[in-house]
Amino acid sequence: MSELTITLLRLGYLALLWVLVLTSIAVLRRDLYGTRITDRRRRKVPQPAGVTPAPASPAPPRQTKPSGPSRLVVTDGPLRGTIIPLGSSAVLLGRAPSCTLVLDDDYSSSRHARIYPQGGQWFVEDLGSTNGTFVADQRVEAPTPLPTGTPVRVGQSVLELQR
Amino acid sequence: MATVQPHRVRAGRGVELGLLVLALVIGVASYVLVGIGTTDKVPPDVLEYGFGMAVLAVAVHLVLRWRAPYADPVILPITVALNGIGLAMIYRIDFAYEARGRDHGFADRQLAWTAISVLLAAVVLILLRDHRTLRRYTYTAGVVGLALILLPLVPGIGVLINGARIWVRVGGIGFQPAEFAKIAFAIFFAGYLVTHRDTLALAGPKVLGLHLPRARDLGPILIVWGASVAVLVLERDLGTSLLFFGLFVAMLYLATERLSWVIIGMLLFVVGAGFAATAFSHVGARFDAWLHAFDPAVFDKAYGGSGQLVRGLFGMGSGGLFGTGWGEGRPDLVPFAESDFVVASLGEELGLTGLIAILMFYLILAQRGFRTAIGVRDGFGKLLAGGLAFIVALQTFVVVGGVTRVIPVTGLVTPFIAYGGSSLVANWVIVALLLRISDEARRPASSSRIPTPIAGVPVLTGGARTDGDGPAGGDQPTEVIGRTP
Repeated sequence: MSELTITLLRLGYLALLWVLVLTSIAVLRRDLYGTRITDRRRRKVPQPAGVTPAPASPAPPRQTKPSGPSRLVVTDGPLRGTIIPLGSSAVLLGRAPSCTLVLDDDYSSSRHARIYPQGGQWFVEDLGSTNGTFVADQRVEAPTPLPTGTPVRVGQSVLELQR
Repeated sequence: MATVQPHRVRAGRGVELGLLVLALVIGVASYVLVGIGTTDKVPPDVLEYGFGMAVLAVAVHLVLRWRAPYADPVILPITVALNGIGLAMIYRIDFAYEARGRDHGFADRQLAWTAISVLLAAVVLILLRDHRTLRRYTYTAGVVGLALILLPLVPGIGVLINGARIWVRVGGIGFQPAEFAKIAFAIFFAGYLVTHRDTLALAGPKVLGLHLPRARDLGPILIVWGASVAVLVLERDLGTSLLFFGLFVAMLYLATERLSWVIIGMLLFVVGAGFAATAFSHVGARFDAWLHAFDPAVFDKAYGGSGQLVRGLFGMGSGGLFGTGWGEGRPDLVPFAESDFVVASLGEELGLTGLIAILMFYLILAQRGFRTAIGVRDGFGKLLAGGLAFIVALQTFVVVGGVTRVIPVTGLVTPFIAYGGSSLVANWVIVALLLRISDEARRPASSSRIPTPIAGVPVLTGGARTDGDGPAGGDQPTEVIGRTP
């Protein structure tokens, strides 16, 4: 058998080993990534035909709400990563189960703070909490305007408004 | 609002069959290439060989379809591939030994052991319907494990081979009981720890951020440590002693999630190893051969020198990146090229590329074991699967580390590849147990589904207090920042 054939067989065998390794990993890929995350708000709502006569304007809702924050995100603390979509109603923060965001945080009060919209802007208000609410390291004494992206500290948790 | 959904589990039997074909092709290709490399022609019995391997592999596959339909699809093909590569390497070394007029015929015996092992694995899968039955035999397994470990010390049946007293010979058939003891101990540790893990994890003081166990809970780890040191002293078997102690520490960590156990275990191990290295000449010689391998005095020592280790290193060096090719190298120059140093032989003939592919097989195998441990729902199964996967991983690390001079040579055998009946049988049983547990882990839980909440109903996430029949917020006062909790 020629030298070339032998070399090809040798390298082909090594390639075969790696094919098995890589196909096994491909089979396991589902496992490594595990879960699929669907963003429910981004899903297109199927609209019945004929209701919207002008299909040429695809994104009118974006333009009607120009720059308001769309969600409240917990950036630090036990509930880090939690996202609350913002509507037109106030968000109540605290340890009480009746709150919108139930904080599992020994340093927050039962009804700790409230974040609410008024006149196209969001405000944060402390509800007489033990440890206080802080906007950018300033203790909140009266309802304070809350710009997007400013951290709010409630007990051990830090929250912020995001677009 | 985002929803998180796990992927639908596919049983994966079809995928397994596909991978199995690939694994069998690798096994037969190795056999053919060995024939071409050593005698320049395809071995005459390649069809019988391929057919026999395929029958064995497909038999296990059918047993899985019958008795464990949701078992992991990757474990069996990887094992078959490793076993095939090992058989080819032993067959190849037989040729070299025959040419030099040395004792040969290892391949035939290994082939017979392969058949026995695969059949035994199938029997385990058929008879053991639920791995939780093993929990009933927790203490029986402990006693059996201890008895198996002590068996080589019984005069009459225990045999001293190559300075280690780990063999038992009854009626002409020799075996290493320690290989089976590791399974028994994995069952015992899993059963014991699943009962006692809360005491081991929660009781005890906290020092420097480290959760220390109570002194009286240290008993079991000290007993196991004592036993492994006893094995080291009385049977002169460094590898087995390391494997048992490592297994226990790893399972303690799996059960309790306390880093302190790992640190205590490491400290005990360092103390034991340091003591053994100074007190016993055979352990000291291993350390010497490891640290001063290229010293001529150590290399030329007749017994306990570094000759084997260094020859293996040079073998792997001559293999280079792509190896010499099957049958083209000289792996037989290394003593015990078919068993303890089979990794060096593979490194020489398949090169770094092939050796890393083989290590990837082990990595995937261990990963499947740990994934099974995560997926299975009962604590005993978690610990058992984790422990068995750890055995395979640690054994591979200790052997490959020894051969590549990362740690001292210890004399464990490479799972599935090295020559040795006891090891092959024991490892196939481990694979059967992992397949059984993975079937349980991946089976969709249709009967006990948790109802998903209807959209719009608030769900208390995170640690919403469940003690609450009291007023809103529970009756725990708010902690004031600045006061020590």
